Amino acid sequence: MQVNEYKPLIVAFCCNWCSYAGADLAGNNRADYPAEVKIIRVPCSCRVNPTFVLKAFQRGADGVIICGCHPGDCHYTSGNYYTRRRMAMLFSMLDYLGIERERTRLEWVSAAEGAKFAATMRDFVQKVAALGENKRLEDLRCKK
Amino acid sequence: MQKITEKHLAEKAKDLLSQGKVSAVLGWRRGEFDYDVTPALFTDADEIENGLVYNCFCGANLSKYLVSKIRAVEGRMLVFLKPCDTYSINQLFTEHRVDREKVYIVGIPCNGMADITKIRNAVGEGITGVSGDECLRVETLYSDEPAELCLADVMSERCVNCKSKKHVAYDELLGDEGEVLDSHRFDEVERIERMSPDERFAFWQRELSRCIRCNACRDACPACTCEVCVFNNPASGVESKAPVNEFEEKMFHIIRAFHVAGRCTDCGECSRVCPQNIPLHLLNRKLIKDMNECYGEYQAGEAVGGVSPLTDYTAEDGEPGDLIRRRDTDA
Amino acid sequence: MRKCLYKDIHKIFARVAEKMPLYIPAKTGDEKAEYKKWSEGDELFEGLNTVKSPKDLFFPQSEDLVRFKTEGKNIEITDVREDKGPFAVFGVRACDAKSFEVLDRVFLTEPRDSYYASRRENATVVTLACSRPSETCFCKTFGIDAGEPGGDVSAWIAGDDIVFSANTEKGSAFLDIIGELTEECSCDAVDREKEKIAVIMERLPLSDLTTDGFGGGKTEDLFNRAEWAELSEACLGCGTCTFVCPTCQCYDIKDFKSGNGVVRYRCWDSCMYSEFTKMAHGNNRLTQKERFRQRFMHKLVYYPENNDGLYSCVGCGRCLKSCPVSMNIVKVMKKLGGKKND
Repeated sequence: MQVNEYKPLIVAFCCNWCSYAGADLAGNNRADYPAEVKIIRVPCSCRVNPTFVLKAFQRGADGVIICGCHPGDCHYTSGNYYTRRRMAMLFSMLDYLGIERERTRLEWVSAAEGAKFAATMRDFVQKVAALGENKRLEDLRCKK
Repeated sequence: MQKITEKHLAEKAKDLLSQGKVSAVLGWRRGEFDYDVTPALFTDADEIENGLVYNCFCGANLSKYLVSKIRAVEGRMLVFLKPCDTYSINQLFTEHRVDREKVYIVGIPCNGMADITKIRNAVGEGITGVSGDECLRVETLYSDEPAELCLADVMSERCVNCKSKKHVAYDELLGDEGEVLDSHRFDEVERIERMSPDERFAFWQRELSRCIRCNACRDACPACTCEVCVFNNPASGVESKAPVNEFEEKMFHIIRAFHVAGRCTDCGECSRVCPQNIPLHLLNRKLIKDMNECYGEYQAGEAVGGVSPLTDYTAEDGEPGDLIRRRDTDA
Repeated sequence: MRKCLYKDIHKIFARVAEKMPLYIPAKTGDEKAEYKKWSEGDELFEGLNTVKSPKDLFFPQSEDLVRFKTEGKNIEITDVREDKGPFAVFGVRACDAKSFEVLDRVFLTEPRDSYYASRRENATVVTLACSRPSETCFCKTFGIDAGEPGGDVSAWIAGDDIVFSANTEKGSAFLDIIGELTEECSCDAVDREKEKIAVIMERLPLSDLTTDGFGGGKTEDLFNRAEWAELSEACLGCGTCTFVCPTCQCYDIKDFKSGNGVVRYRCWDSCMYSEFTKMAHGNNRLTQKERFRQRFMHKLVYYPENNDGLYSCVGCGRCLKSCPVSMNIVKVMKKLGGKKND
């Protein structure tokens, strides 16, 4: 048995109308995904200000994933389309600054996709775990 | 081609003032030395005669001043704008930060602005005089002969890749109209993109760690016109006055670049005013380049009105991952 | 006095660095310079001024003061100050050396600032005379002699040599450290260098600037002058001038919630900022004109009034070089100086 295996801390921003329910369904179906994923419910993926992503990293997240409704299915018609452009720009900017690109992700998960939610999280946790601790966008004050 | 000098500007300003077409003039005031000019508001002919200056050190983009100064003036305000400054004012019109009717824009030509730090590096301390335009004569305390420098060699970083000599907003023009240029302004961004992630990280770490959080980039930026900035608001959770640790500087500059994304006209004021010479325009240009590639060519401030890439969408937009992957295949 | 070849200065650095951390103005790669801890390979910046002043070494831009942790009803308080022990700083110019006196009067009078005091006591300040002052220099206005830079050890570059002279006990100890690398010398070369500097100082474009019209007791003359409006009209309200200034000493104390406790830190603040000294009732300086006026009144009137006529400006010229809109204390002094309020 491995002791002290590194476990990354993942923050998942989930849209109330789809992905959050998807996470619920994953739970109801006993679909397994790592407990390192901390879910923050947002009214729409579009609510996620780029600052939230940075703040999550500051407070010790090793990876940040944003989950919203599939394009065309937004509860507010178009919120996720804006999210898509915004996050494309933010993730590219982080990549430009040399922050590992695997630490950020945007996924579309509907309320019916409990299995997809679990699989996405398993995959994301695995990828981030492979990178190790977030060192490039950390705030040392939060680590002491 | 008629060469436009500060005399022409002064004549125009005095003319419009005496005709009553404008009640104040926003220009640049002569300083202690040839290079330390200051943006200034003129209301009388004598002041203009003695104080108004236009030389290769008039880099300050006057459009931002309109946001606050115009409130204090009755009637119209004359403002002298260089080509790149006119993009900024269009953006301010678009955002309803400045009332078009209250501004009288006189477009003036620009050959590129000089960077006094570069001049200082070339000739040393003790600069007592700088004259000329294409070719600069620099007098110093420590040499009897003035040094001759080509403007091109000491040009502000942002002017080296000038995007346009064309005025996109004006009521009248002094001199001839220029063209939109093929600026190669994304070359440097591409160079950074081609680096490995480790090199990119090291590059930005070196640049951003020099930040002293003086906020000059923000305060000079014509796109930063919030009455209270998020970084001055204790309730925002991101307020910090100091570069407390490495995270704070990155956070500040990412958020700032992001906040002006789609609105930044790439005037380069942020880099000009940075006391630490951090190439901040390379953050903004990265966003402009990405938006151009993903959502079609867009130049903020080219026209009044319209929607910017980040306030728009199509159902066919690519996913964030696609953008980064595509760049990998290109490289 | 002791001397060695100027080209061998790195040997001096290496020797000092064996005994204690040494800070020098070093190139940052893009022709600007900053004070940094010397390590092999770092080159002394031969220009005049660093962007930020050496006040950072005594009064850092931000420093953690104390850390709190709560568990139930218990609060655990940790003193997080790092006592770094003795250190030396080389290459401080006369203006910056004088700025330490200005800061001392703020931080070392009661209540004494123990964080600042410990760093001051631990420091050996080695100054360097200015052979080539800049056109933006006006230290002479405040009675500073660029040829007699002061500190614990004064140094001059004279011909091919660099000459050291101790002014204090700490300074003598410093000369002992570098003793083997230097040799005894006479004052002649230094005297000639001082004469040269004195001649240059007279030729500087700002050499005629005076403090006439400023100083303690001038509040009524100056406070309501109409010129403040014009002087401040271009001010962007950024903090560049205050952050590059060697004598600006305002700070803010803030708490940072780290998620597992609270870090109380202090950081430089700027009177140019709109939220400077904001209190429950709001802000006491609402316009940029008032904020701008505060900065210069403080330097030229309030501070000398409380400190035996000592001005809180040392004429280093950093604000002249860094202000994004080229508005600065020289323009203020020329506009307001030597006149009475009418």
